[in-house]
Amino acid sequence: MELNSKPRKGGRGGLHRWCLNLFCALVFLFLVAPLLIVFPISFSSSSYLQFPPPGWSLRWYEAYVSDPTWMGATLRSFKIGAATMVLSMILGTLLSFSLVRGKYFGKTFVNQISILPLIVPLIIYSIAVYGLFSQWKLIGHWPAIVLAHTVHAIPFVVIIVSAALRTYDINYEHAAMSLGASRLEAIWRITLPQIRPSLISAAFFAFISSFDELIIAMFLGGSNMTLPKKMFDNIMNEIDPTIAAVSVLQIVLVTAILAVVSKFGAGASPTR
Amino acid sequence: MNKSFLASRNFRDGSSAAGLPALIFLAVLFVMPIAILFMQSFEGGNFEHYAKAIFDDLYRGVLINTLLIAAYVAAICLVLGYPVAYFLANAPPFWATAGLIFLLVPFWTSILVRTYGWMVILGRNGTVNRLLLDMGLIETPLQLINNVTGVLIGMVHVLLPYMVFPLFAVMKRMDSNLLAAAEGLGASRWEVFRRVYFPLTLPGVLAGVTLVFVLSIGFYITPALLGGGKVTMSALLIERQVSQFLNWGFASALSVVLLVVTLLVHLALKLVLKGNMQWS
Repeated sequence: MELNSKPRKGGRGGLHRWCLNLFCALVFLFLVAPLLIVFPISFSSSSYLQFPPPGWSLRWYEAYVSDPTWMGATLRSFKIGAATMVLSMILGTLLSFSLVRGKYFGKTFVNQISILPLIVPLIIYSIAVYGLFSQWKLIGHWPAIVLAHTVHAIPFVVIIVSAALRTYDINYEHAAMSLGASRLEAIWRITLPQIRPSLISAAFFAFISSFDELIIAMFLGGSNMTLPKKMFDNIMNEIDPTIAAVSVLQIVLVTAILAVVSKFGAGASPTR
Repeated sequence: MNKSFLASRNFRDGSSAAGLPALIFLAVLFVMPIAILFMQSFEGGNFEHYAKAIFDDLYRGVLINTLLIAAYVAAICLVLGYPVAYFLANAPPFWATAGLIFLLVPFWTSILVRTYGWMVILGRNGTVNRLLLDMGLIETPLQLINNVTGVLIGMVHVLLPYMVFPLFAVMKRMDSNLLAAAEGLGASRWEVFRRVYFPLTLPGVLAGVTLVFVLSIGFYITPALLGGGKVTMSALLIERQVSQFLNWGFASALSVVLLVVTLLVHLALKLVLKGNMQWS
């Protein structure tokens, strides 16, 4: 399996490997550099961008916590993310059952429709749904953002949950039913708990896809800003290190969730 | 036994119907708005907006620019991502896990956070310029953002994981006996790579390049923030047509053109891989 378990002869192999490792180290540095740089900036005492910071303080964290617009945007994003997660998990999981176990005309087509929101560029879907929701007078109401984010999150849920259902041994469910459980009971108490890691990963994908989403929220939010919109405006207009404090908190949050998911979920990487 | 159970009427109908709520949801909130957008693009009953979107030098320029940037990003991601995927697939478990974390934490961090980080690093008074000035290597700060360079760096950073994951999936499944066989038959290391290893990873290369290319085409945040108004890509143009000029008909036509390009690229990949997608 592993290439490096095979003994390599001569020094040239070692040199190759050394070059490869160095190259990869540089790429990994490239990947984490913009994440690491915001840490010192967020603890800076200076009100403009200066690196290294002239002194240390927590003032940008205070600025974030004491500003009602930042707090309002954060709470709104958590609310929208949670609602999107619940709605897309219900719809997406049901759809996965139908795609894996159902037999009906046009299933391939349904499958493609359910993945399509991932393929259509977000800007196109954003203006399309903006046009529709303007007519329906939904602009500025947070549930409107939930609906559009759910469209965008359903493909993630379908991909992850249907993959789990495909490899799930349905005989467990049959066994439960032969012991007297109804079909729904068997699914609820046997099948779903057994694919729980995938459900957790799917929920994580759905939440983050909404929590980080800017463009839909920008069009549908009106004056009620979500966190990404507030961050975007902050970066666009006045770069003060409050954004760095917010960034650090987000990185910490993501890392924490990632740790939880890798422990209880089916892997956080889409290769699974 | 599975088969007979699946065929039982009760089971089948229940499962099939379970998809109905999501299907109605997607029909109303996804298919319908896109269809309305499509109809709007023929506003006035003619192809006027399309003629402008495709034949006007300015707008054709933006489309070509978008495709060029997407191609550059895909190429750079491949060059950077291929060795990294190889490393992740073949390194000892500890280092492979560590590498994966380095890939996943940025992957899951908001694009806004990462873009902001790049502005701190690459800005006029940024880390890189400060370092180079202090070392006396340059006299005036380099212009690293608010131009194409900044956009490329930011986009590659966001999209690199999308290249690595499909490559990693292919490399992880690689049968190393094939490589040993080629070596045993007298091939040099370079020949083994060129004639055996690389061709075997080609489905991953194609999947990764397509994925990155298609995602690049629709990019908004990075060009908006790191382009400094000097790099116009299609997504920015569409957004501006709607929110500044309320020019729905033209914005719709631009969207349809962009959508068609995106779907064509996807279709091309599907045909090449014959439905054998590695990651999608």
